[in-house]
Amino acid sequence: MKQRRFFMIFALLLTIGLVLGACGTSDDTASSNEDGGSEDQNDSSESGNEGSEESTESESNSDFSVAMVTDVGGVDDKSFNQSAWEGLQEFGSNNGLEKGQGGFDYAQSESDADYLNNLTRLVKNDFNLIFGIGYKLNDAISQVSERYPDRQFAIVDSVVEGDNVASITFKEHQGSFLVGVAAAMKTESNKVGFVGGTESDLIKKFESGFRAGVKSVNKDIEIEVQYAGGFDKADKGKLIASNMYKQGTDVIYHASGATGNGVFAQAKDIKKNDPEANVWVIGVDRDQYEEGQIGDNNVTLTSMVKRVDIAVQDLSTKSMNGNFQSGVIKYGLDDDAISVATTNEKAYTEEISNSVNEWKQKITNGDIEVPSTREELQTYLDSL
Amino acid sequence: MFASRFYNIVIPVISVILGLIAGAIIMLLFGYNPISGYAALWNGAFGDLYFTGETIVKVTPYILSGVAVAFAFRTGLFNIGVEGQVFVGWLAAVWVGVALDLPMILHLPLAILAAAVAGGLWGFVPGFLKAKFRVHEVIVSIMMNYIALYTCNAIIRSVITDNEDKTENVAESASLASEWLTQLTFSRLHYGFLIALIGAFLMWFILEKTTKGYELRSVGFNQNASKYAGMNVDRNIVLSFVISGAFAGVAGAMQGLGTFQFMSVNSGFTNIGFDGIAVALLGGNTALGSVLGAFLFGTLKVGALNMPSAGVPKELVDIVVALIIFFVASSYIIRWFLQRSKKEGK
Repeated sequence: MKQRRFFMIFALLLTIGLVLGACGTSDDTASSNEDGGSEDQNDSSESGNEGSEESTESESNSDFSVAMVTDVGGVDDKSFNQSAWEGLQEFGSNNGLEKGQGGFDYAQSESDADYLNNLTRLVKNDFNLIFGIGYKLNDAISQVSERYPDRQFAIVDSVVEGDNVASITFKEHQGSFLVGVAAAMKTESNKVGFVGGTESDLIKKFESGFRAGVKSVNKDIEIEVQYAGGFDKADKGKLIASNMYKQGTDVIYHASGATGNGVFAQAKDIKKNDPEANVWVIGVDRDQYEEGQIGDNNVTLTSMVKRVDIAVQDLSTKSMNGNFQSGVIKYGLDDDAISVATTNEKAYTEEISNSVNEWKQKITNGDIEVPSTREELQTYLDSL
Repeated sequence: MFASRFYNIVIPVISVILGLIAGAIIMLLFGYNPISGYAALWNGAFGDLYFTGETIVKVTPYILSGVAVAFAFRTGLFNIGVEGQVFVGWLAAVWVGVALDLPMILHLPLAILAAAVAGGLWGFVPGFLKAKFRVHEVIVSIMMNYIALYTCNAIIRSVITDNEDKTENVAESASLASEWLTQLTFSRLHYGFLIALIGAFLMWFILEKTTKGYELRSVGFNQNASKYAGMNVDRNIVLSFVISGAFAGVAGAMQGLGTFQFMSVNSGFTNIGFDGIAVALLGGNTALGSVLGAFLFGTLKVGALNMPSAGVPKELVDIVVALIIFFVASSYIIRWFLQRSKKEGK
């Protein structure tokens, strides 16, 4: 009897948990619906402005549709997935497409098990071009692309072989190098931190570039590197940031998707209690200036901007015009697909900006080869 | 007797219907069309062979995790550690599948057996602590979940692979995947489904048809009476937990040898074990009930992915699932209403 009552209470707790959990995420959809809504408004205002042109345009493109599958971060992760979705929305509104079947759409993955399902579902919904956002979708994309050889696929941040797959990669190590320079100029305690998502080759690329950038400016700066073990662990991000700041670190660069929201939360907490505190966060993927705003202060020093949106739009346009290109496509500093945000003018001083630009020149000229793995980093550091 | 069996069947059915109705009302409140929403759900789960296949893939581990929870509960034990036992079973199966090179007739059973043993060992710890020191099994098994999660991650990273995110695929001789099922449905449908059904049958057989099963149930009904009748209560508690854990371990093997063919580093729980609690609850802690409950959950989960195509946010399905559990949990209320209306009828 006691057991039974206990079981009931637990079931009730489980229920409450599920309901609350569902409430939490339904919030996200509300915001994404909002996005969709404003998108529609854009569409209608656009069609009002350029009526005739738009109608011919949508006629010619009405048979093209494009969709993407997010990894577990979701389209509101304020970073990578969101950037890709913004790219698709932009592409859609430029070409008079509507959200949904036959236009542009996304499918959100709650767990690794959903990737294949989501991709196949989009194939069955007759989308012409389907993006897999994030290296975690590598296996799923390669399976689906083999099964449906007459469809076009693209994967971001990973390489999948196949005549119908485009692999979009970025030279994140270059951008990370530059924000490393900025961090090294900004730090007063000579301690900077790096928070990664999972310890994968991709994120090690960020880490290596960043560490090389910091050490290039000042060899004596200590760099603390920690991995949260996931891209959706804001709580862990906050904990790591809290420890780092406590130990005197004053600039943290995060390459961890939604986990980084925790890093921002911690920095803002500190700044709120003590507006004079010297804590900074360097954002990733998108310009995360808005994330860092707290009262009149802003803790976002800069962001390593990786224009997934540009890449997504680029490929969509090519595919729509029949110029789909399989194989590896690399984006870097040269194409402005990787850049350093300058929005926080108060913190990101002229001095920092000048020196970042200097290093950028050196990279684009080929004077220095930025390391992209830990082995290359070691060789690079030894040569300093 | 007949009456209680009747209620055991009717109450979950009513709960499900009430849950669906409540979900429809919520959809209406938020301005979505519940009919097209549920139609999308149905099509997403059974729309064509592919989706039917994927639904069965999803159902397979749920059956086993539901059976695992139900089995322990029939002995009066609450195994929340199913999640962790799924993890160690998954890892053990994949490990055997990757590391060994044997003919299929040995390799596949060995891999599944390894999963069952690993899950059983993981279940042994809370069972033993409960029997020996009266440590509450809920607390221990919850903690064991975290130990399992992080241990498995560490082993994948540093023992099985060299700092990779996931293991290699299991050898073909250890794989449950079937060429013709894949050809037929294009999905990841694999033979694990049969194993899950055998698992459910085993649970029924052990509990209902063997002396040991009678003892286990007896301990579940009343420990003191069982002791007085000369049964070894402590040993039965441990045994129950080990068998429950073995079922959960095999659920993990279904993932490792069937659906995925590998194991990757997980940043969080898969929820197979936790959903198993709901499956068992819905199924009234019986074998057949767990199979049906697993079907309902699998259908809802896979179908939910398709609901956005009808404009309905798929979080709504989570709400419907939660409501169904809620109504099952408040079965006393339904029972009360049923009995009351019966009395009035007389």
